[in-house]
Amino acid sequence: MTTSGFPILLALLLLPLVGGIVVAFLKRDDRLAKWVALGFALAELVLAVVSLAFYHASGARIQLAGSATWIASFGVHLSFGVDGIALVMLVMIALLVPIVIGASWAEKLPEGRSAAGFFALVLVLESLVIAVFAATDVFLFYVLFEIMLIPMYFLIGGYGGSRRQYAAVKFFLYSFLGGLLMLASAIGCWAYAQSVTGTGTFDWATLSTVVSHAPLSTQIWIFLGFFFAFAIKAPLIPFHTWLPDATAEAPVGVGVILVGVLDKVGVFGFLRYNLPLTPHASKVLAPLLLVLAVAGVLYGSMLAAGQSDMKRIVAYVSVAHFGFIALGVFAFTQQSQVGAVTYMVNHSLSTGMLLIVIGMIAARGRSFAVDDYGGMAKITPLLAGMMFLAGLTTLSLPGTNSFVSEFLVLLGAYPNDPVYSILAAVGMVLAALYVLWLYQRVMQGPLRGNALVSVAGGPGAMRDPATSAGNAIRDLTGRERWVLAPMVVLIVVLGVYPKPLLDIVGPSVQATLSAVSVQGGN
Amino acid sequence: MPVPAGGIAAAAWLLLALPALGATVLLVGGRRTNGWGHLLGCLTIVAAFGYGLALFLNSTGLPVAQRVQNLHLFSWIPVGNLQVDFGLRLDPLSLTFVLLITGVGGLIHIYSIGYMSHDRDRRKFFAYLNLFVASMLLLVLANGFVTLYLGWEGVGLASYLLIGWYQDRPSAATAAKKAFLMNRVGDVGLAIAIFILYTHLHTTQFTEVFALAHTLSPATLTAVAMLLLLGACGKSGQFPLQAWLPDAMEGPTPVSALIHAATMVTAGVYLVARSHPIYDLTANGRLLVTIIGTITLLIGCVIGCAYDDIKKVLAYSTVSQIGYMMLAVGLGPVGYALGIAHLLSHGFFKAGLFLGAGSVMHAMDDETDMRRFGGLLRRMPITAVTFGLGYLAIIGFPGLSGYFTKGAIIDAAFGQPGWRGWAFGIAAVVGAGLTAFYMTRLVIMTFFGDARWKKLRNNEGKDYHPHESSPVMTIPMVILAIGSIGAGAYFIIGDRLANWLSPSLGALAPTGHSPLSGTTLTVLDLVVIALGVLAAILVVGRRPVPVVRPEPVSWPVRAARADLYGNALNEALIARPGTWLDRALVFTDNKGVDGMVNGLAALFGGGSGRLRRLQTGFVRSYALSMLGGAVLLVAALLMVRFS
Amino acid sequence: MTPTYYLLLSALLFTLGAVGVLVRRNAIVVFMCVELMLNAVNLTLVTFARINGSLSGQVMAFFVMVVAAAEVVIGLAIIMAIFRTRRSSSVDDSNLLKY
Repeated sequence: MTTSGFPILLALLLLPLVGGIVVAFLKRDDRLAKWVALGFALAELVLAVVSLAFYHASGARIQLAGSATWIASFGVHLSFGVDGIALVMLVMIALLVPIVIGASWAEKLPEGRSAAGFFALVLVLESLVIAVFAATDVFLFYVLFEIMLIPMYFLIGGYGGSRRQYAAVKFFLYSFLGGLLMLASAIGCWAYAQSVTGTGTFDWATLSTVVSHAPLSTQIWIFLGFFFAFAIKAPLIPFHTWLPDATAEAPVGVGVILVGVLDKVGVFGFLRYNLPLTPHASKVLAPLLLVLAVAGVLYGSMLAAGQSDMKRIVAYVSVAHFGFIALGVFAFTQQSQVGAVTYMVNHSLSTGMLLIVIGMIAARGRSFAVDDYGGMAKITPLLAGMMFLAGLTTLSLPGTNSFVSEFLVLLGAYPNDPVYSILAAVGMVLAALYVLWLYQRVMQGPLRGNALVSVAGGPGAMRDPATSAGNAIRDLTGRERWVLAPMVVLIVVLGVYPKPLLDIVGPSVQATLSAVSVQGGN
Repeated sequence: MPVPAGGIAAAAWLLLALPALGATVLLVGGRRTNGWGHLLGCLTIVAAFGYGLALFLNSTGLPVAQRVQNLHLFSWIPVGNLQVDFGLRLDPLSLTFVLLITGVGGLIHIYSIGYMSHDRDRRKFFAYLNLFVASMLLLVLANGFVTLYLGWEGVGLASYLLIGWYQDRPSAATAAKKAFLMNRVGDVGLAIAIFILYTHLHTTQFTEVFALAHTLSPATLTAVAMLLLLGACGKSGQFPLQAWLPDAMEGPTPVSALIHAATMVTAGVYLVARSHPIYDLTANGRLLVTIIGTITLLIGCVIGCAYDDIKKVLAYSTVSQIGYMMLAVGLGPVGYALGIAHLLSHGFFKAGLFLGAGSVMHAMDDETDMRRFGGLLRRMPITAVTFGLGYLAIIGFPGLSGYFTKGAIIDAAFGQPGWRGWAFGIAAVVGAGLTAFYMTRLVIMTFFGDARWKKLRNNEGKDYHPHESSPVMTIPMVILAIGSIGAGAYFIIGDRLANWLSPSLGALAPTGHSPLSGTTLTVLDLVVIALGVLAAILVVGRRPVPVVRPEPVSWPVRAARADLYGNALNEALIARPGTWLDRALVFTDNKGVDGMVNGLAALFGGGSGRLRRLQTGFVRSYALSMLGGAVLLVAALLMVRFS
Repeated sequence: MTPTYYLLLSALLFTLGAVGVLVRRNAIVVFMCVELMLNAVNLTLVTFARINGSLSGQVMAFFVMVVAAAEVVIGLAIIMAIFRTRRSSSVDDSNLLKY
């Protein structure tokens, strides 16, 4: 553990929180609130990029670390620090939040809600999620894991669609239930540490050397508590049903954070807590996880093909992608786990972009139903191109970012678990099916659909793009281009030259794996 | 062993970069590039061709041992013991393909200037064409399976974009999607083959894989060979994944020429030839390739006889000709070079035929039904003559390309030992006869006989005014026609191509002992071809062609018109059960999985609703329950104490 | 005189109070019965203090008295307020606080 560079991590943790509080007081002037929020988000991004320079991939396991005592009698500390996996997630969040703010710039909020409140909540959420990824104390992690739900609850329940209350409560209860089970496991870890060493502790580094030698039955109970929390969060089937509802009801920007960042806590938890703390149980229970993962890939893909709401499609696509990620994590090879970690980043980019593009489509047609659209490529070619690109990275076309991770997951899983790898590879075909079918229904074919025709004032006005100068449906605006541009660039760059990302992630994955193979009795 | 690329070859990345740059500029530049976009598109390809030619000449000057060169560009996916490098392999095989792709591709680019001149989005079309060429070049230049896979799927992407060019037509969008999906099925096979190779050899680069291939167990080798074949079937439209290729004719005709005749569909043949060190070691794998090739060549011929759509006939002819190539490369060291030779000569004449068909369609207001053509020879002489040369080449008229390359394949097929020689040889000869039949039928219906279009109106209700196309379209056709005359003889006589390719494919093995002598075979071949031509003349040349397709017809024709039920089979076995499964799963998810969650919530909600009723609001009933509770508590305490 | 009689008396008083709370409707009477129960308990406490020779029972009884006094003040005030608004001192009439 190296502590140099902790101030920058502290700044990363606090800056969005401060930003959120400042923005919350700017209720009078929505415009100012947006700009201030964007300013804080961009400053955070700069900080995150700078923090990359302080991280040495080949250095200690946990870096930029710092700690303070919180509840001395229980050995709870406010300790933070990052490894390679957490670091790339931090950068990803810092990148995604300005994009989300840009994408939500013109979001139509429900009656009586202010933009300041929305953006303040987004910033506070950013701060909390960063803290979750940076926490190195199990109890602190648990507390943040639960607190993180609160701004999300208000974002969905306060700013969402017509069934937002239902979705928000479902999201909250589901996650909260998982969190409580995790609390039980965390206390179990503490108690076990006390019974072995005489002093109970929640410190992750200590626990990962103590609990990992616990007998198998103890490990399994501890594993299961963490597992339920993370499986719900990830989400793995059959714990996934809150995600489509939450994604469909949340505003698009919130959906991006939900799918792109919040859900990653689940997979991150598998890698950071399940594997190092309970390596033996992880090995023993891995087949179960692999079955769930592969089932998730196929089931999510099939359901994505069968949905009629664009946001729900993205939600099920995420379920399928999380299946791939879980497959990578529990295949226990260097390649598959590096694939899983980079998949987390790439999934944020690809699904985030798809969701944002869908939001842009809905901003024009005022509907998320696929059937309300058709032939849009004719009037909005650039938007269509962006949707297609987002689709390509979603279906992991080589040359885009997702390919590298999906390929690594499947290739890494093959040597030990060939059957699962082959079954998951079928998901590649299904991915092409749901992406291209969605694209075909929305963008291709003759112009049709209630959403487009009603907005444009009748089918006649739409047919000839040349005469539709006064048409309500326009191609991408300047703001929208700025929102999408960084994602496009990253999608291509990470697809062609992923080496920097792989290099940061590699050593941390190596450490996780060696913990499993040394202490997992293999 | 490959040597590092030096000298002029050190900049071989330019081959990829030029078309990729063209595509990027045209796509990012948007409407600003409308004025000169098509010129940039052509220029990048022509420049790549020029550079490719220089590389080729440079390579011919090198000693044979140095002709296989490796150019390392950068480390692409390095994780643990997996080191995927992004690099190029410059050897006779890849350079040959580079010349084919940029040469024929360049001609098609130039042709497209004229063909697409009325399209508002012409520069986007050129961007896609450039993207396609870049992907295809990457496919053939890759020095490892993963890089090849990148080009492989890139080609699939470009073909998706180009097939779906008229994307407001639902049929075009569906055809594009179908092409991509069926390709993806093949891609999965290729991907799994890569996983197996990595599992056993811990590398995916060609040089290492081929050097270590002999350490693999026979079962593994066969599995890899079959999975690679699955990939090849997807990309090359081979049985059982052939159904997408004819549908792909929804794209503009230059696309059909570029993707579905000259380059993309040959990728499967390339893959098998490139992986020859693996196929050399597995006779079973090779046999499967041959069988697939034979089945496909017959399927293609039979269906080609029944269609009236000029592009679909050519599409099925492509399916069948690629069947010949697969048959050839499946024969092993005897046939690798022959397959490539047929591939090259086919690249010339099929591109010429497609461009000719495009020229006819251009003249006939995008009509593709041959029953509405007829007597176009006088109206479009250049098209007719160049098309005629392509036609003679494809049926194997003595002296032209097809005669040499196809004849060599038939000889090699007969040279196989035992029943195989007879089975494959006879199938190949029958295929040649059928090819002669349907191509003659096509030529007669299009260029000869009554001018049936004179009595008909086009889609917009106007008369047809067929006319010769502009020079920008005819000149590429002329060049391709010259290629279809001479290429075959040049490649085959003296085993010129085989010798040139030997650093990549190994030396050409002598054809096995054939039960029939060479002369007998040639005569047999020619007689069958003549019979095919004669039959066609009797069927469509001597009788008036009805403008409306005759119904009902005998069952073989019905079956052929229905693509030998290939689509129906896909529909019944995959599409419909898939849809049902999908609906069932959506239902299960909503009612089952989510139903359980909501049910649990309802259980708690309902239960607490019942329990709530106990709160009556009467103080005295509360007091009673408190008293009861207290009594119970005391009783329990006493029981514990005194028991 | 053995302390047992005091305990029996207190049990009797407590039972009387409890039955009164349960069967009477008039809030004042219920209230008085509650006081009866409290004082029964006080008697028990004092008795036990005497038996055990310890002062803590008597101290506890004083506590109960203080609490009871406070309770009387608040309870009577509530009963008065309810009577003023509802014109009734029956405990069954004020049952608004329910499901």
